[in-house]
Amino acid sequence: MLKLTNVQTFYGQIQALKGIDLEVPEGQIITLLGANGAGKSTTMKTIAGLLKPKKGSIEFLGENVTGLRPDQLLRKGIALVPEGRAILSSMTVLENLEMGAYHRKDKGVKEDIENVMQRFPILFERQTQLAGTLSGGQQQMLAIARALLSKPKLLLLDEPSMGLAPLIVSEIFAIIKEIKETGTTVLLVEQNAKQALKIADFGYVMETGKIIIEGKSADLLTDSRIVEAYLGRKSTKVQEEVQDEGISASKQV
Amino acid sequence: MLLEQFINGMTLGSIYAIVALGFTLVFGVLGIINMAHGEIFMVGAFVGVMTTGVLGWPLWLAFVASIVVTSILGYLLETFTLRPLRGKRGVSHLAPLISTIGVSILLENLSHHLFGAGNKPFRTEFAEMSIEIGSLTIYIVQIVIFVISIILMIGLSIWLSKTKAGKALRATAENLETASILGVDTKKIITLTVIIASAMGGIAGILVGMAFNSVSPQMGLAIGLKGLAIIILGGMGNVKGAMVGGLILGLSETFLVAYGDSGYRDAIAFIMIIVILLLRPQGIFGSKIAEGR
Repeated sequence: MLKLTNVQTFYGQIQALKGIDLEVPEGQIITLLGANGAGKSTTMKTIAGLLKPKKGSIEFLGENVTGLRPDQLLRKGIALVPEGRAILSSMTVLENLEMGAYHRKDKGVKEDIENVMQRFPILFERQTQLAGTLSGGQQQMLAIARALLSKPKLLLLDEPSMGLAPLIVSEIFAIIKEIKETGTTVLLVEQNAKQALKIADFGYVMETGKIIIEGKSADLLTDSRIVEAYLGRKSTKVQEEVQDEGISASKQV
Repeated sequence: MLLEQFINGMTLGSIYAIVALGFTLVFGVLGIINMAHGEIFMVGAFVGVMTTGVLGWPLWLAFVASIVVTSILGYLLETFTLRPLRGKRGVSHLAPLISTIGVSILLENLSHHLFGAGNKPFRTEFAEMSIEIGSLTIYIVQIVIFVISIILMIGLSIWLSKTKAGKALRATAENLETASILGVDTKKIITLTVIIASAMGGIAGILVGMAFNSVSPQMGLAIGLKGLAIIILGGMGNVKGAMVGGLILGLSETFLVAYGDSGYRDAIAFIMIIVILLLRPQGIFGSKIAEGR
């Protein structure tokens, strides 16, 4: 469905992506793992059109979409839930949802918004409130719901669990699984490697702008290199530390 | 007397509000002060003078002409002086400001050249008409100005809060990147915003011409600085702030002239800026935390 070939993206003189080859088959959850600064978010932004690759090509549904604008890519079916959620905080919850369906001209928008609100009752309760007043977890739900309202074929989720309480994190992962079951393909960037691999079909691991490991999720879960670097060797405590470090480090950025 | 001054103040204030709305829309979406807004406003006023005075067109047609001319100016401003500077590496964030100052100088001198430096009278068929209620005298022209301004403000508010394009504009104003990943063609929205802001400037130009019965190439700078004062007062990029701020400035200027020293009339706006920056730097309706930008 989505195919990246030798994609290279620069921030000015600094090369953030050093030739990414990546494939996302239809109907699956693909996860992109790696430490902070590995280039995961840059990859997502490049796919969504927020950054333009200097070299390489991006193919979506057999069509070359390299260098298209974000709004054009959204119309083709690629929706991004960016890191930090990007809620429109001075607009109401309902307006945020309406903006999700901005490009749609069909009659089903109203019904879809109602359905989304049924799935996320908190959004129904708070629909007239400013989105900036929601809690972090609620904002993440809103961001995902908003992206789904564009009826994407491919949903890009950039660290949806970042900074959220463990209970909410499991809820988010349950939602991602649900999204897959409804037929939407998901590309998921996560710090939370273990949980991401549990729901994903295939995983890529990035390091300093390159993909260093790829494989089926089940294999990656037992891959010694990954276990050591991202999953914590013995206890879950190590993993939590890695996560905490990840969160505080990303906040500094 | 008091009520009469109140009506005068509201009339003036509603014009100020329209000018400030043009400023605040552009600031909200682009994060820049459009220093050419005052001069676009002046051009709008001259279009009014020329069409009604020289060509003898009716007032409503003068409005249409002014809207058309200033809209085109807005489009040119965005296409040739703002867009080329946007998103380019190495371009200072002050560059668009300087560029709009350039446009303002160009427009002022151009109208100097075309229309001469002096004041031009702005005649409307009902300039002297008034109605009297008891001891109260209200000029028809005041009512017209006030009604047009209020319609414009209400119209803009409804457009921003209810229509798809209005919501897209607000989304773009809050965060350009977010708006674009939601499918908004931000380039189009920015162009639309500058055009709407300029057209509002054009309308305000005619309204000022009607209110003061005179138009000059220098009027742009004075009104531009007042518009700036109003959006600082009301909160940068805040639509409600521009409306309320405009009315506050109009009323305080009028009352100062009526009950105080008219020599300080133009100082009021700047005294207000100083006070508001000391007491509430984010403006009356501004939010304390800068969101996004």
